[in-house]
Amino acid sequence: MKTIMSLTTASVLAISAGTAFAEGSITAVSWGGAYTKSQVEAYHKPWTAATGNTVVSEDYSGGLAEVKAQVDSGAVTWDIIDVEKSDAVRGCDEGLFMEIDHSALPNGADGSAAADDFIPGSFTDCAVANIVWSTIFAYDSSVMANGPATIADFFNLDAFPGKRGLRKSPKANLEMALAADGVASADIYEVLGTDEGVDRAFAKLDTIKDSVVWWEAGAQPPQLLADGEVAMTTAYNGRIFNAVASEGKPFEIVWDAQVFDVDMWAIVEGAPNAELAMDFLKFSTATEQLAAQASYISYGPARKSSAPLVGTYHSNASLDMGPQMPTAPDNFATAISNDFEFWADNQDELNERFNAWLAN
Amino acid sequence: MSDITTPLVAADGTPLKRKLAQSLMRSRARAFGLALPLLAFILVLFVYPIANFLTQAFYDARFATLMPATTQALKDWDAASTPTEEMAAMLVADLVIAKKEKTIGKVATRVNREMSGTRSLFTKTARSAKKMEAPFMEALIKKDKDWADIEVWQAMKTASRVYTPAYLAAAVDLKMLADGTIVRQEENRRIHVILFWRTLEISFLVTLFCFLLGYPVAYMLATLPARTSNLLLILVLLPFWTSLLVRTTAWIAMLQAQGVLNDLFVVFGLAADDDRFSLIYNKTGTLIAMTHILLPFMILPLYSVMKTIPPSYVRAAKSMGATNWTAFWRVYFPQSVPGIGAGALLVFILAIGYYITPALVGGQDGQMISNFIDFHMRKSLNWNLAAAMGLVMLVFVLFMFWIYDRIVGIDNMKLG
Repeated sequence: MKTIMSLTTASVLAISAGTAFAEGSITAVSWGGAYTKSQVEAYHKPWTAATGNTVVSEDYSGGLAEVKAQVDSGAVTWDIIDVEKSDAVRGCDEGLFMEIDHSALPNGADGSAAADDFIPGSFTDCAVANIVWSTIFAYDSSVMANGPATIADFFNLDAFPGKRGLRKSPKANLEMALAADGVASADIYEVLGTDEGVDRAFAKLDTIKDSVVWWEAGAQPPQLLADGEVAMTTAYNGRIFNAVASEGKPFEIVWDAQVFDVDMWAIVEGAPNAELAMDFLKFSTATEQLAAQASYISYGPARKSSAPLVGTYHSNASLDMGPQMPTAPDNFATAISNDFEFWADNQDELNERFNAWLAN
Repeated sequence: MSDITTPLVAADGTPLKRKLAQSLMRSRARAFGLALPLLAFILVLFVYPIANFLTQAFYDARFATLMPATTQALKDWDAASTPTEEMAAMLVADLVIAKKEKTIGKVATRVNREMSGTRSLFTKTARSAKKMEAPFMEALIKKDKDWADIEVWQAMKTASRVYTPAYLAAAVDLKMLADGTIVRQEENRRIHVILFWRTLEISFLVTLFCFLLGYPVAYMLATLPARTSNLLLILVLLPFWTSLLVRTTAWIAMLQAQGVLNDLFVVFGLAADDDRFSLIYNKTGTLIAMTHILLPFMILPLYSVMKTIPPSYVRAAKSMGATNWTAFWRVYFPQSVPGIGAGALLVFILAIGYYITPALVGGQDGQMISNFIDFHMRKSLNWNLAAAMGLVMLVFVLFMFWIYDRIVGIDNMKLG
């Protein structure tokens, strides 16, 4: 009798525990800091409210190594991951991500089909874009009253003395170097595709090499600027915006020769909660969610139908988010579109050359 | 009359010698049994994974497994004559399968390592491979004129080797050509040899600084009265117990241009406000931070060895007329050498594989080989090259160990 009692108690407990977790949970991996916060506010919380499922948020700093290790060892714990486009394509080719049926994505709020609603280049076989982000350069206007205006100024140590912050990677640096050397935005990758072009880019970087402080994580450049460690630095536009909007830093963004790219959601091959993750993906890339995210961070929504819904900064109603976006017309005139295929083809060689250049 | 050669027997009549051997055997088996869990633990979780990973340094079956027909066709090719129609046919057949099985990315990535820019050539061609018809070579070239380039085929031949010295060669700035000859890497891509030398240089300097700073401290700790020295020992141990990351970031706050040290320099007029010293994000920063972090590994073995040196020896030397210096140099110092050996070896070997500190404070010229192993593990995903670099490093450390044994003698080392 006693045994039966305890068995019943145990099963009642098991059932109640079961209902508590029946809603399920997914692990979403993203870049941390202000960016993850914007996703938590715009995607995770509304999704939990709508479906009862929870999202465990984890941070990483880019690259596919962790995903590769999980998939290769068969111990996948991540469900959905925010990746750069070049990694989305590479991961798909290497079988790290699941293929996505883009026709399952919801239509835009204005009724347009998903395929037309997303900006060009938003779909790859295994991923869907959520935001447009950009590598720009910024300076502290309280230190430099007459700040730089063009990318050429970034490389001009005579007119604008001081250290420069650059990402420790050839990506975006080579493009900006060529732009500073007078190559038109549309021709960057054509020039960079030749050996002379690469030489030319490195020669331009040589002119400031001794004054460069190299950064790796996206949170570093605003810190470098705030500490007075550098006079100007390249950075992800959202990070600088965040420092200005939420911490009141006197930083200015220079949009000339910005290198823009999309970030994408991809679902890890063999993810434990792949179906839920797909549901989350559909939910979070809907018009409203992408527009909502834009009120937390200045990354442009990947859906055209989100643009009219973009409002003001979440904690400051007088700060209009529209002009802060990389895609705003005033910012976009000389923008360089990151060519993921060029990088997928050439990054091994260029990384090697870049590292050798750094070490010498 | 009894025979004296009759062996001694135990109570149950077995010869004592055998009985003794049995009991020894039992105690050995028991000792081995007790150590077995640890042995199994080390073998399964340490030796096996490392050995398994290191095989990637010279073993890469990706291309051969995924493109079997092409690999077979390439085997008979001399890497110099015009690629044959048969090779093209096999390639197209393999590409069709690779596209269907979604392995084309792996193939393309592998060949791209041998020849930059071929990645999209493979993925693009694979997409339309199904529709291609004989003659295949013409069909390929029609799709993309790069297929007429013999270098693409040579890159595939190199990639098709299962056991390949290519990665090890790359780890020491060499390059393997399709016909198997090994040449030096192009000048602007040579990097690893410089890094190995730099790693060595930094490790050597850190060891030297640790010795110069640590020896007097250890000497003081060993000679002061116990009460004072125990208190001071805590000052050595406290940072030792603090997280490596915390100490490294603390150095960033100390050394950066607007940091504590530079502020002091400016206050005392040693540096101009707009021309502060670059103490971090370069080799100087790496040296300072690493020396500080590794210092306890020098002090502690030195201290425990010095503790065992009887002070009476030095007193005796002095009583016989030796000056302070002679008594130290001829009597005390030689007895502390085992501690120096242990400390130096410990610091040197830890320094040679150091990773987080140079990554954070090293900037561009303070990076070490481990940072590039990390780069290939996490960023470029070229695990084969990472394994090759690791293998080179491991062999090198073992070699240093051997040299050390020959010069100083490993028995001469004492940790306490």
